[in-house]
Amino acid sequence: MNAFDPHAREPIISLRGLRRFYGEGAARVHALDGVDLDILPGEFTAIMGASGSGKSTCMNIIGCLDRPTAGTYSFSGVDVSTLDNDRRALLRRNSLGFVFQGFNLLPRTTALENVELPLVYRGMSRGEREHRAAAALKAVGLEGREGHTPSELSGGQQQRVAIARAIVTDPLVLLADEPTGNLDSARSHELMRLVTDLNRERGITIIMVTHEEDIAAYAGRKVIFADGKIRSDVKVAA
Amino acid sequence: MIWESVKLALRTIRRNVLRSILTLLGIVIGVAAVVALVTIGEGAQSRMTSELSKLGSNMLIARPGAPTPGPPTGSDARSFTERDVDALRNGLSGVRAMAASSTKGAKVVYGTASQDTQVTGTEPSFFETQDWSFTAGGTFSDSDARSGTAVCVIGATLVRELFQGEDPMGRVIRVNSMPCEVTGTLAPKGQSAFGSDQDNTVVMPLRTFQRRIAGSTRIATINVSGLNAAVLPAIQADMTDILRETRRVNPGEEDDFTVRDMTQIAAAMSSTTTVMTGLLGAVAAVSLLVGGIGIMNIMLVSVAERTREIGIRLAIGARASQVLLQFLVEAVVLCIIGGLLGLALGYAIAGGGALLLGIPFRFNATMAAVAVVFSGVIGVVFGFFPARSAARLDPIEALRHE
Ligand SMILES: Nc1ncnc2c1ncn2[C@@H]1O[C@H](COP(=O)(O)OP(=O)(O)OP(=O)(O)O)[C@@H](O)[C@H]1O
Ligand SMILES: [Mg+2]
Repeated sequence: MNAFDPHAREPIISLRGLRRFYGEGAARVHALDGVDLDILPGEFTAIMGASGSGKSTCMNIIGCLDRPTAGTYSFSGVDVSTLDNDRRALLRRNSLGFVFQGFNLLPRTTALENVELPLVYRGMSRGEREHRAAAALKAVGLEGREGHTPSELSGGQQQRVAIARAIVTDPLVLLADEPTGNLDSARSHELMRLVTDLNRERGITIIMVTHEEDIAAYAGRKVIFADGKIRSDVKVAA
Repeated sequence: MIWESVKLALRTIRRNVLRSILTLLGIVIGVAAVVALVTIGEGAQSRMTSELSKLGSNMLIARPGAPTPGPPTGSDARSFTERDVDALRNGLSGVRAMAASSTKGAKVVYGTASQDTQVTGTEPSFFETQDWSFTAGGTFSDSDARSGTAVCVIGATLVRELFQGEDPMGRVIRVNSMPCEVTGTLAPKGQSAFGSDQDNTVVMPLRTFQRRIAGSTRIATINVSGLNAAVLPAIQADMTDILRETRRVNPGEEDDFTVRDMTQIAAAMSSTTTVMTGLLGAVAAVSLLVGGIGIMNIMLVSVAERTREIGIRLAIGARASQVLLQFLVEAVVLCIIGGLLGLALGYAIAGGGALLLGIPFRFNATMAAVAVVFSGVIGVVFGFFPARSAARLDPIEALRHE
């Protein structure tokens, strides 16, 4: 398992002095106030911390959905802050997968079509798209649900569709912001087994925000945020 | 990618059928108006052209009565006399043919069949001035004209109605109780510009007509056909001078007759049609503009409603240009659907109108293509602003949007 040996690799994600402020003057909020963080390829990191401590803000910046006010973010050694919007879109499309607490699936659109969507933007042919989307749905255990729309699926199933959509492009990094936030305990543990498998078997780097200790326990590293800064960063034996 | 966008656009449109149709109304009405106008206009134009060729070429028509706008009445005006006609015959040059004539309604009978018709008394050259050909026989001789023989030439309608397959040549028909031998039959001419059947007619020598049918020597019309179009203005001026003299119109007084150049009338009529088409075209253009604004409005609503969807698409890697394309394609597809509906409606209206007005209906493929392409252009123009506002959305803001 040399490929996943953290010490043998350069960090895939590297944050230095990352700051993100909202608003101006007295109303200014320091959502992120100087974050330094290195994530190595193949790592499974859980991010925890009080509400409002800046976890989502940090995830959005890592996911290229938002830009930092100050500091640097490099992905695979490339300074992302220098990239234009199109390059950032390409990074999202090819290297990053995002799973949200609220699923964010397209309504009135079948599971298969939802999963196909990132491939549509790659200009992939319909046949190959459907093949890969079906395979991704099978990987998350949703074989036979391809034709169901989100409203015809349970919360746990919807979140699996969202994971299938995130991994159908074979991303390097999967970002999950409270993926189990809307699921009951049994569904949460099912989902975590799936995420752990993706990490172990496909070597996908995973960064996951959660409020629950038992969910965080699936990760090999636990980073705790407080007031826009990292308060602790510990490796736990998986 | 374009094809994917088109499919997606069709799906979105189908999801909001009623709203889409209401949005499209402006475009539909605009395109339908243009298509119907142009089609009916072309039909009217082509009918007018064929009408004019029926009138005879390079034709001047003199009628009693002062020149007034509108159709000539001429009933109370002093009619022309033999003297006027002779003066014209001797005084004009550049004339191909000339014929004086008068017309009256009459009843014609043959055997048990009868028909109400128009009887024209005229000179042998009448048919030449009108470019009117014969299916059998020919015009009456100069001696018939001089002596006022009871001979006549009948139109295609009378051949059909009175003789029903029998050969009319040499038969004797009764025109208001006057027996009259048929010496010629005319080629069909169809309806006149005012809708009357020009083939329902009996033509006989002027003298015969004056003595036996009209009971007066009045002459109502003088047809003069010029050798070519260039000589017409000169002939028209000469006719006016000669008629003023023979009719003793004092200098400074208004003419008590009218000489019309039929090609001028045609030009005036077609310029009126052009003005009308232009005005209605402007109305259609306004309708298209309103339609375009409707499209813009609905696309802006659509972008606002689908902000979250746009956020999701951006988050999974859609480029701004791809979002722009998607919304632009949606507007264009919407407009082209409107254009096609407008085309169908326009042709339906034009078809009905052509039937009602009795003009030919022509399918103009070029115009159909232009109408559809133009609808697409409206989609691009009015869809661009909403599409750009969608493409400029910030991914994280769009995702947070409720
Ligand atoms: N768009 C915004 N405008 C203004 N302030 C914002 C915005 N987004 C986040 N904030 C502020 O930034 C801070 C960090 O927010 P963030 O969403 O990162 O917290 P979080 O750690 O994810 O919290 P939670 O656990 O509740 O999701 C909060 O104080 C929040 O109020
Ligand atoms: Mg959060």
